[in-house]
Amino acid sequence: MAEKLLEIKNLTTEFKQDKGTVTAVHNVSFDINKGEILGLVGESGCGKSVTSLSIMRLLIDTPGKITGGEVILDGKNINDVPEREMRQIRGKKMAMIFQEPMTSLNPCMRIDKQIMEAILLHNNITKKEAYERAFQVLKSVGIPDPKNTLQSFPHQLSGGMSQRVMIAMAMSCEPELLIADEPTTALDVTIQAQILELMVKIKNENNMGILMITHDLGVVARMCSRVVVMYAGRVMEEASVEELFANPLHPYTKGLVASVPKLGSNVSSLPSIPGSVPDLSVMPKGCKFAPRCGYAMDICHEEEPELKLVKEGERRKCRCHLLNLNKEEEGNL
Amino acid sequence: MNAPLVSVKNAVKTFQIKKGMLTSNQLVHAVNHVSFDIMRGETFSLVGESGCGKSTTGRLIDHLLIPDSGEIWFDNKEISKLSEKEMRPLRSDIQMIFQDPYGSLNPRIKVQDLIGEPLLVHTKMSSGERLKKVHELLEIVGLNAMHGERYPHEFSGGQRQRIGIARALTVNPKLIIADEPVSALDVSIQAQVLNLLQKLQKEFHLTYLFISHDLSVVEMISDRIGVMYLGTIVETAPKEELYRNPRHPYTKALISAVPIPDPTKIKKRITLEGDLPSPVNPPSGCLFHTRCAYCTDKCKSETPTEMMIGEGHTVKCHYPRITEE
Repeated sequence: MAEKLLEIKNLTTEFKQDKGTVTAVHNVSFDINKGEILGLVGESGCGKSVTSLSIMRLLIDTPGKITGGEVILDGKNINDVPEREMRQIRGKKMAMIFQEPMTSLNPCMRIDKQIMEAILLHNNITKKEAYERAFQVLKSVGIPDPKNTLQSFPHQLSGGMSQRVMIAMAMSCEPELLIADEPTTALDVTIQAQILELMVKIKNENNMGILMITHDLGVVARMCSRVVVMYAGRVMEEASVEELFANPLHPYTKGLVASVPKLGSNVSSLPSIPGSVPDLSVMPKGCKFAPRCGYAMDICHEEEPELKLVKEGERRKCRCHLLNLNKEEEGNL
Repeated sequence: MNAPLVSVKNAVKTFQIKKGMLTSNQLVHAVNHVSFDIMRGETFSLVGESGCGKSTTGRLIDHLLIPDSGEIWFDNKEISKLSEKEMRPLRSDIQMIFQDPYGSLNPRIKVQDLIGEPLLVHTKMSSGERLKKVHELLEIVGLNAMHGERYPHEFSGGQRQRIGIARALTVNPKLIIADEPVSALDVSIQAQVLNLLQKLQKEFHLTYLFISHDLSVVEMISDRIGVMYLGTIVETAPKEELYRNPRHPYTKALISAVPIPDPTKIKKRITLEGDLPSPVNPPSGCLFHTRCAYCTDKCKSETPTEMMIGEGHTVKCHYPRITEE
């Protein structure tokens, strides 16, 4: 039986603004098993990055604040642990890879120092041993000449190389959970393919859990086993990757899957979702997707649907009024 | 009648970079003997990874850059040697849509003035006529006249890109150069903008030069595609032919690297080793040989010439049929 690695229950994060607070993440719940890649998909501004920052508790220097919910890592609620203890967890138990490898590395520090910093912080070893370890992780992420790379500054590396260094840094303390926030968005496709392959390889070797945050459904289809779709700070649908592409339930997911151009499909025009993502400070009253939804009914504009299990016993959830309607129809038949 | 609208012949563009006080200047070979034609009414796409010279090629055609050597023909006229003044009247025939909808609109100018500016430069319309035309264009791109009164920051990325498109359309251009017009947009918005571009092409008989790194977007919108690598076009073919029957090892790798949004499809992947070589010191012989799985001694020393291997299908490789063997 797969073990639960990370469990998130009703996580809510709010940001203070001049005009009041906006809820960037609203009652988000999902979990990740060991050795599983969970995809978190959505368009820009839907709250996927804030979710990941909330999990890592990296919102301290921002106007953002976690106002509710629990984050349980390995059976332990890490919501209330003091910052000092959190520092032990960050890097050691869970690590993060960011979107822009070029700006996430410290430009004034050589690579060896940057990688060794994390290793020395979490392990009681000598500098020499830490250097050896840094060398080994760089080698394991496929950097051809680790010795030279360790001596370089970030600006001397290409985008793909910097992302490998970021991954090496995240992997250096063998975390159980890796959060990858758009790890390949800034990279070219051939480099993206290399990095994705590397991530799968590392996952298989360490039985790590990965939270893969991306807007690219192609990457999701290739990497993830389960997917959570977010829109306007809410989870709209959760499904296995096969189910999500074969039988999306939520109209937003349907639109999203349909609007991606597929290689080899040879279509001349794409179905698209009209309108654009709502502003977090002026949210529609009912279902947040209702203004763009082709199936919207009266109730959708009035009342926000709940995230419900589609079938008992299955990890398939959807937040839509249509679901109830379909069930009633089935009941009437 | 059947003359191509744009014809690029052996264009070369290099940029100088200063190294240090004592070392000599080095050259970046951005565009390296590129030739292609764009027919009237078609969409020709340039694809390739970052730094392959696709945007520089676009800028050469738009006369924003002057080629070091080679010719650029537009509408039966050689334009690469024209002065800025001689180019002026032709400017209205070539318009550009830029990648970054946030950076390409002046934040201090109202949208209606932004869109109306090309009319002010290129026509003798009165301000009333201009405003009428601007309102028409706003409707055409799916916004409304009311939006003209606003400033760019009040719009979302997709809407801004529509404003950029409206601005390009004002002066009835013959050619629109779209440089990564959808890569900064979310997928649901990307589909809207792509559909709009196609609709406009039919309505206004436009010719597009579409520059992108995204092969699935390019497949949707193009008629013919040129694949660029390190400043040269390695393969040109009609769309169906290129995706069904890619010949250059780079094209093959590029196509196979695109993640397909369908988990049931397992495809054979060719993963390229290493990074793009630097265009300052491009490799000898075939530019792709440092990353090619089929590389031979001949590839390392001899530059392959362009070979015609099918109708409208050209490839620059010594062994275009190698994988069949």
